Amino acid sequence: MNAIHGALKPETAPALDVERIRADFPILKLRVKGKPLVYLDNAASSQMPRPVIDRWVRYQTTQHANIHRAVHYLSETATAEYEAARRKLQAFINAREEREVIFTRGTTESINLVMHGYGRKFIGQGDEIILTTLEHHSNIVPWQMLAEEKGAKLRVVPVNDRGELELEQYETLFNARTRFVGVTHVSNALGTINPVKEMIAAAHRHGVPVLVDGAQAAPHLNVDVQDLDCDFYAFSGHKMCGPTGIGVLYGRAGLLESMQPYQGGGDMILSVTFEKTTYNVIPHKFEAGTPPIAAAVALGAAADYLTAIGMERIGAYESGLLDYATVQVNRIPGVRILGTAEKKAAVLSFVMDGVHPHDVGTLLNEEGVAIRTGHHCAQPVMQRYRVAATSRASFAFYNTMAEVDALVAAIRKVQKVFG
Amino acid sequence: MADTKQLYQEVILDHNKKPRNWGTLADATHKAEGHNPLCGDHLSLTLRMREQVIDAIAFHGESCAICKASASMMTGAVKGRSRRDAETLIQEFRDMATGKLDLDQQPHHLGKLTVFAGVRDLPTRVKCAILPWHTLHAAFHAIASTSTEAEADPMHAPIGGSA
Repeated sequence: MNAIHGALKPETAPALDVERIRADFPILKLRVKGKPLVYLDNAASSQMPRPVIDRWVRYQTTQHANIHRAVHYLSETATAEYEAARRKLQAFINAREEREVIFTRGTTESINLVMHGYGRKFIGQGDEIILTTLEHHSNIVPWQMLAEEKGAKLRVVPVNDRGELELEQYETLFNARTRFVGVTHVSNALGTINPVKEMIAAAHRHGVPVLVDGAQAAPHLNVDVQDLDCDFYAFSGHKMCGPTGIGVLYGRAGLLESMQPYQGGGDMILSVTFEKTTYNVIPHKFEAGTPPIAAAVALGAAADYLTAIGMERIGAYESGLLDYATVQVNRIPGVRILGTAEKKAAVLSFVMDGVHPHDVGTLLNEEGVAIRTGHHCAQPVMQRYRVAATSRASFAFYNTMAEVDALVAAIRKVQKVFG
Repeated sequence: MADTKQLYQEVILDHNKKPRNWGTLADATHKAEGHNPLCGDHLSLTLRMREQVIDAIAFHGESCAICKASASMMTGAVKGRSRRDAETLIQEFRDMATGKLDLDQQPHHLGKLTVFAGVRDLPTRVKCAILPWHTLHAAFHAIASTSTEAEADPMHAPIGGSA
């Protein structure tokens, strides 16, 4: 199946039982300001279901020791669980081999790893890196640092008024000096699902590798790195029901082997003398020091949890939420939705006439509704729409239509306050 | 904890809708730009000093209601006052917003500005209310541009700090 369009095709599988799912998330029972919590800030961080919490606790209470070190029982158990988690993540994104899955602290570290390991080795003066207007700062700033250091140049793919990348322009940006492409799978600020498969194919026609920032895609779409044919794919645990402090970098084995290490230390070496160090094989070459073992194990449980529900089902359900929210919010006079791409993940960015997003956020909180306001670490997107900030509601598969109604009612209340 | 909605009361909403002293002074003797990079709030402040008295003051910019109303009421409060009085108000406003000033127990000169007392319960909004005062301080000290996040800024420390 086509991974890019996975979220948008309602499958024939039975619809998702949202009340049963909500029962798995203890935090959703919270009340805020005397009202039931309506958590619509999932693009910033998602909540953790009981099986993931329990897995963390079980690891820490019965399985923990340092990995890849000692011969004792606990060390062997911890190593086995850590490596089992790697295989779960491998399956989650359909990577060819488990050594192509590197555990990092999150998407940001994954991208920085590629910048240091690949960029600093293979990108030089006068070379060009293609990024898009929709990138999160974490897929801009590392490349800017590299460009400054090496005298390389950033080229940027523009977006149209709906928030879709201008693909024809993208194709024209390639030339003999193009060395790298970085593109987000799903825009965190607008929700646009980018046609990354086509963009990767285009880059490969020019012999250029592509890194996909999958932070906003992994929790919502069926990600298949082989189908996408991407060279690198980065994502975070805490946006997909896992813990913070853990994430993944997928890299094509051949590329990872050609790269220089990112951080030096224990576990990433085979032998060390003061004359010469021999680096370990991948993925260990890129996992210096003791990793967040419990977080990795819990992330494995999160991947299992999502897979058991089914990414197609999750995507289809969230599409339904987004469609309903879009219709309801569009009905409110004086509210404008930013990002109206044909293919969107469940993100609703909006601005209100005469009310600053910061005030919207504070007043929605009074109603127990949690949204994000600000520039969403995507200032180029804000500049494109000539706004300083937006209000953003972002949905997960545990949100309900009733919560969309609560959001809409809260927005109307804000308008009442501001007259 | 006070109800947040109390913060969004008539007087603040009114100043947000119809900000007083809106614009730029052509013959300013002091000016400064204030930024809050975390939320994109930005305001531009100009003032004309005559013998240590604020003879005229104006501001404009793009910001949330709390910030805009704070700026509007600040300009009204300091116009016609001496720089020393204005500096006192800056200190008192800052202390009120960060919860260091007990309005009932300690003497102050804040008057109507006490409508902003509620921000002390909203850590993410304290900076919105303080930004205009921050910018006035910068204008007095000939700091062309100030930011709520600038480490070197003398006004930076008070937010969560001890100065």
